[in-house]
Amino acid sequence: MNSFKAIIKSLLDSLRDLLPIIGVITFFQLFVLQQPIPNFTEIAIGILFVVMGLTLFVHGLNMGLFPVGENMAYAFAKKGSLFWLLVFAFSLGFGTTVAEPALIAVAKEASHVAAVGGMILDTDESRMSYAFGLRITVAVSVGFAILVGVLRIIKGWPIQYLIITGYIGVVIMTFFAPEEIIGIAYDSGGVTTSTITVPLVTALGVGLASSIKGRNPMIDGFGLIAFASLTPMIFVMGYGMVV
Amino acid sequence: MHIFTDLFHVILATIWDVLPIAAIIFGFQLFVLRKAMPNLKKILMGFLLVLLGLAFFLEGLEAALFPLGKLMATQLTNLDFILQGAAESTLNWWHYKWVYLFAFAIGFATTIAEPSLLAVAIKANQVSAGSISIWGLRIAVAIGVAIGIALGVFRIVTGTPLYWYIITGYVFVVIQTFFAPRLIIALAYDSGGVTTSTVTVPLVAALGLGLSTTVPGRSPLLDGFGLIAFASLFPIMSVMVYAQISEWVSKRNKDKPTQ
Repeated sequence: MNSFKAIIKSLLDSLRDLLPIIGVITFFQLFVLQQPIPNFTEIAIGILFVVMGLTLFVHGLNMGLFPVGENMAYAFAKKGSLFWLLVFAFSLGFGTTVAEPALIAVAKEASHVAAVGGMILDTDESRMSYAFGLRITVAVSVGFAILVGVLRIIKGWPIQYLIITGYIGVVIMTFFAPEEIIGIAYDSGGVTTSTITVPLVTALGVGLASSIKGRNPMIDGFGLIAFASLTPMIFVMGYGMVV
Repeated sequence: MHIFTDLFHVILATIWDVLPIAAIIFGFQLFVLRKAMPNLKKILMGFLLVLLGLAFFLEGLEAALFPLGKLMATQLTNLDFILQGAAESTLNWWHYKWVYLFAFAIGFATTIAEPSLLAVAIKANQVSAGSISIWGLRIAVAIGVAIGIALGVFRIVTGTPLYWYIITGYVFVVIQTFFAPRLIIALAYDSGGVTTSTVTVPLVAALGLGLSTTVPGRSPLLDGFGLIAFASLFPIMSVMVYAQISEWVSKRNKDKPTQ
């Protein structure tokens, strides 16, 4: 009976998370655009799906993704091999990004921009190889970001100096990169980190910071995502300059 | 109902997305760490729930909210709607007032529903032993995204260069970093990256595309980008402001009884 109550409560929580979107869309549809809401049943079923999905996700998060990230962090800290930890960090960043659907979409879009801007030939083949190169570039940059971020947790470097250095890198690259690529490069920072990567990487960082003496999980544990959203900007602009 | 057959495809696609992650984790577990994972059954169950959850979530959004939201973005940015009968030569940035409001509202609303932000908020709440509240962080981030996207829309309408805004934003973030409580800095930087994923990106992309197609003088290929960049920058500032305000409030509350 108690678990039933808990399920109802978490379903209600998920519904509450969704209310703002439903409210905004209803308001604009009825009052600004002044149109009726189409396919009411389809929408109701869809909302039910979203609520269920969010509830399952949150439960899975606490059962699966968080413990995995933490366990791996503890196991690596116990093993004491920095080399393997860094290899793991890079593979995790690279592996989760290279197949990311949002990135595939952005890379395709970017290849169109490059073709229109005359940076590459406007053929299917050259566009595809451009998009693929871009994907690999972003994936390498995220792998590199997680690697540096993990190294930072181990060494206890303050995050702001690294991030500010990254910002300076972005600003310098902006002045040299072709103008057409800048918008995509800036956006690529935001799209690389998926819904599965974020909890995993966050738990890894917090786990590492709590298993190493002298590190504070709040100050040192967070920040991996920040690196992962900064380096793609620099690397994509670099890619635009080279290709 | 094709929503159920679509769901099946989405589940397959989600499995495909998770495979590389699972391969890396279990590969390292088996060959490098060479130890059984504690509570393996429970963890696998958790992965399964995450998979199913994401699939339902995505399919639900695709069936219910995205079509309407995307259509709305196109209709709101349509010149006929913007001008409301006025001549095109009189068009100025204020005609887009509903678009700014929509950008602000949808930015806020989609961020509240963003699962990865929820995950980070739960973690931050655990790690800070409750001093960072889940809702406080989520609302702070959502306000940042809302302001960011509204300003990003204003940029597309006025056609000013993206990097002016972003570089100015960086300067603000750097200055704020020196004044913000130390505990929040890493989390604030992180919140820039977690805000834009499953829910926000498709709707915001539709808005950017709609605007850059219809605003005279803009090209969707060159001006349609940049909204995500705004949405990843402004939460950094709003989270630091949130931390400064909560620090200030708790300080004032502490001082009161002694007076």
